[in-house]
Amino acid sequence: MLEIKNLHVKLEEEDKQILKGVDLTVEAGKVHAIMGPNGSGKSTLSYVLSGRDGYEVTDGSATLLGEDLLDMEVEERAAAGLFLAFQYPVEIPGVGNMTFLRTAVNAQRKARGQEEMSSAEFLKVIRARAKDLKIDAEMLKRPVNVGFSGGEKKRNEILQMAMLEPKMCILDETDSGLDVDAMKLVADGVNALRDEGRGFLVITHYQRLLDHIKPDVVHIMANGRIIKTGGPELALEVEQNGYADILEEVA
Amino acid sequence: MALPQAKQDATEARIAALSLPEGGWAEPARREALARLRAMGLPNARDEYWKFTRPDTLVSAEAPAARVLETDETPLFDSRDRLKLVFVDGVFSAEESDDPSLEGVTIDRLAEAKDIHWAKDLYGVLEARGQDPVARPLAALNTAFATDGLLIHVTGKPSKPISLIYRHVSDTSDAILHHVIKVDAGAEATILENGPAAARFNKCMEVDLAEGGRLHHIRAQGRDHERRAATHVFARLEKESVFKSFTLSVNGAMTRNEVVVEFTGDDAVAHVAGACMGDGDFHHDDTVFVTHDAVNCESRQVFKKVLRNGATGVFQGKILVKPDAQKTDGYQISQSLLLDEDSQFLAKPELEIYADDVACSHGSTSGAIDEDGLFYLRARGVPRGTAEDLLTIAFIAEAVQEVEDESLQEDLVERVAGWLARRRG
Ligand SMILES: Nc1ncnc2c1ncn2[C@@H]1O[C@H](COP(=O)(O)OP(=O)(O)OP(=O)(O)O)[C@@H](O)[C@H]1O
Ligand SMILES: [Mg+2]
Repeated sequence: MLEIKNLHVKLEEEDKQILKGVDLTVEAGKVHAIMGPNGSGKSTLSYVLSGRDGYEVTDGSATLLGEDLLDMEVEERAAAGLFLAFQYPVEIPGVGNMTFLRTAVNAQRKARGQEEMSSAEFLKVIRARAKDLKIDAEMLKRPVNVGFSGGEKKRNEILQMAMLEPKMCILDETDSGLDVDAMKLVADGVNALRDEGRGFLVITHYQRLLDHIKPDVVHIMANGRIIKTGGPELALEVEQNGYADILEEVA
Repeated sequence: MALPQAKQDATEARIAALSLPEGGWAEPARREALARLRAMGLPNARDEYWKFTRPDTLVSAEAPAARVLETDETPLFDSRDRLKLVFVDGVFSAEESDDPSLEGVTIDRLAEAKDIHWAKDLYGVLEARGQDPVARPLAALNTAFATDGLLIHVTGKPSKPISLIYRHVSDTSDAILHHVIKVDAGAEATILENGPAAARFNKCMEVDLAEGGRLHHIRAQGRDHERRAATHVFARLEKESVFKSFTLSVNGAMTRNEVVVEFTGDDAVAHVAGACMGDGDFHHDDTVFVTHDAVNCESRQVFKKVLRNGATGVFQGKILVKPDAQKTDGYQISQSLLLDEDSQFLAKPELEIYADDVACSHGSTSGAIDEDGLFYLRARGVPRGTAEDLLTIAFIAEAVQEVEDESLQEDLVERVAGWLARRRG
């Protein structure tokens, strides 16, 4: 599904290397988790994959279903099936959540040569999905993320994911700022989307989310590299002992 | 004080190209306006009030030509039930207009209004009041030389909007229109204006609101790229009256819209708002002057400008609070969205306050499109162009929301969205 090879990334404006050779493959139907100390490059990886400005790929490659991701425009990556749930969802005053989502869903459909969703159909689907995530209709009418609480923003990300039905979902600390119940809702939202044709890359600092979304593979990222890969037990180890042992082990 | 010779010559040259309509009740007012004009002289580049906008093409004896835009789009407001009053290159066309009889309003044509008309007490009167403390010579010229216009007396609550449609058909037309609108106590009406009017258009609208009267004014200035316009609105508000004016401008080589509001009665409300979108050879100036001379009045100025490819936007807005105008609530915001580095926004926000118990605020900002917002939208699959359009519409939304009628808001936004989509092809 997602294949990242020897990815080197530096900041465009500065001589600062952030990713120093990331190798990572997420297979269809699998959930991979990435953990790692603050500043290790997890968000940078997710931004580079989704095409944010400000980064320069100096070496390596990233493909989605065999297609070169790094060569595509941001919106093309989305239409190809990539989705990033932002660590910090952006507020967009003046653009209604509903308008935004309908525009996005139909733009992706159009890009894939599918028929656009009618307003009525769209409404029906979004109401059902919003209800599952306990997002009330009032929130859908408000401008995108404006005045949303931290947890509401994260739930809104998952709603977008549910509406867009991407093939490859990257979740960047979607659990941070969520209360216990909201975490469960979000995890249920993710689990509902798990299927054979879809891959997940879940970035998190805590085992708690992984209790609900059981990962197949866990990676540890440090200093711009994946330094260790293992099963779900790796997350438990981090939870108990922190990163010190692992960092020492590979040093 | 004698005018500088160059200014006097330019003024006389313009006057010589015009003829003052004689006879009838308006003639004394026209002659007084002509005297005012001669005393002030037409503006030139040295005038402080014209620091950001070059007046030369607006005051020249001959109007610069402007091609008529070929377009197949349905004019704005076309689908609405309204009383249509059409001007073609500044001349009222009875043929194309509806029968102007509508309950709650009487409408006469300035060029035809018989002797002793109610408008005698207003024609040129509000304009003259608006000449102090800042001279507005193009408005005095208008009062003196207007060749047509409507005298609209709102006596009740007409069931539909009064829609003034300005068609531009000749490349060289130079139109001067003057409207007077009198809103009786407790009466309420909506005035719609749209269309480019002429190659060069000088329009003046005097609005007098009696106690509790309400007027909604929504205008869309025509899209003809080369058209030029200098417009003035003079509004006087009596007790508890409400005046809300919104202007949408897209294209046009030169636009100077002045709005002069005077509160003379307590507890009145005036909102003046505008959104403009300019591309390339586009200069758009909103100049607003609000005088609070009564207690507990609310004024709002909300202006948004979207500029690209070297377009220029200007905002000069002033709130003057006289010593006795306690409990004044004055708000003013002007913002520009600069879509590239060639475009510029020049703003001069001013507050002058002589009362002590007031709440006045103002702000002015200039910025590029929000890159984080753009990335977020694109990351959800919205193509760059559409994402920029969404953010652009969001930017002007605050000004559009000043229009009270939501269906009109929708019309305006839909139209803007259409234009944006069309320009991307
Ligand atoms: N645009 C930028 N300008 C300057 N430094 C940057 C930029 N983007 C990333 N960095 C730096 O790159 C490093 C990696 O940042 P990144 O946000 O990817 O870390 P992270 O692993 O997601 O951390 P966290 O767990 O705190 O979210 C950090 O040192 C960060 O300061
Ligand atoms: Mg991060």
